[in-house]
Amino acid sequence: MQEVAVILVSSVLINNYVLVQFLGLCPFMGVSKKLESAIGMSAATTFVLTLTAMVSYVVNKAVLIPLELEYLRTISFIMVIAAVVQFTKMFIEKTSPLLYRVLGVFLPLITTNCAVLGVALQNAAKPLSFAHASLYGFGAGAGFSLVLILFSAMRERLAAADIPQPFEGAAIAMITAGLMSLAFMGFGGLV
Amino acid sequence: MIEFVFQNPIISALVALAGLGLIFGALLGFAAEKFKIEGDPVIDQIDSLLPQTQCGQCGFPGCRPYAESIADGDSINKCPPGGQSTINAIANLLDVPAPELDQEHGEEADIKTVAYIREDECIGCTKCIQACPVDAILGAAKLMHTVIADECTGCDLCVEPCPVDCIDMLPVESGINQWQWPTPPIANGLIATDRTHSSSSHEGAA
Repeated sequence: MQEVAVILVSSVLINNYVLVQFLGLCPFMGVSKKLESAIGMSAATTFVLTLTAMVSYVVNKAVLIPLELEYLRTISFIMVIAAVVQFTKMFIEKTSPLLYRVLGVFLPLITTNCAVLGVALQNAAKPLSFAHASLYGFGAGAGFSLVLILFSAMRERLAAADIPQPFEGAAIAMITAGLMSLAFMGFGGLV
Repeated sequence: MIEFVFQNPIISALVALAGLGLIFGALLGFAAEKFKIEGDPVIDQIDSLLPQTQCGQCGFPGCRPYAESIADGDSINKCPPGGQSTINAIANLLDVPAPELDQEHGEEADIKTVAYIREDECIGCTKCIQACPVDAILGAAKLMHTVIADECTGCDLCVEPCPVDCIDMLPVESGINQWQWPTPPIANGLIATDRTHSSSSHEGAA
């Protein structure tokens, strides 16, 4: 139980994939203009991350290690991610066509979200059990959701705030992301 | 055979990747069958927001063709009967900014009207029946016609064809049955400091 808490705290806060490891910044900037779409994107990415962590664990343990093909990790994990994202796309298109419209091009772009590949590769490098590997995936998704939702809520406020003209738009978003990253660095050494 | 695959690193790499590809392909093929969608549900949702007057003022034969056109990216401000409230609802649904009503397609009526046929003047020509997009007019040739007030959408399309000008557009009387909760007032801005400025200075900060 304690291990579960440590994994979650470490992947959500201390080693947050977006703000501490700087992975997955593209959707972090791209889908954070509106809170609603940010929530949808968070849910989709968390789903993809958890599923990818599970499938890539199985692929690594059952196929790559017995055949001594560890050097094929990157390409086979990319295949796993592409398949999982495609599955998620079909799933969302069926269950929530509106969310599908809102996410638009960012849904297939989860494939190129480096946080997803990062989780799979980091999990493969660590001696983890299946449950812990999936928990790392879920924690990475939860951390991504946390910062994306916080950031989009701030950007909604910023869009209406009185910002000096040179800082309007993307500039103030970058500064905000930097300040958030500073804040998350403060979690370092918590565990 | 299996031993050969295990011993030859290139063959085993090829077999592993091809096998993984086949498995994922099969799973995705299965999912594509299972999550198959019929039609575009967004069109249904847009169609349900349109007023269903079928008046054609948007330039399309009816509300559903216009809904299909919106789903393909047409502008959403072509519906005078729906007015600004319909534009806002569709903008909310599609997550796009709400434009003003396009005046080219007509003006939003201030009050809801309903067609009324002065029955003693009606000659029974059936022209208004053919014009009515929602089949709200009853009657037969050389017999008096009348309008089903509940079905009438107030689109004015029957007024023009009437040869004896016996159709009036009367305002709908508002009684206890039409009463609704008043719409809550919309705040000027998201945060307190906005309320003193005009909102136009923030357009660029999206």
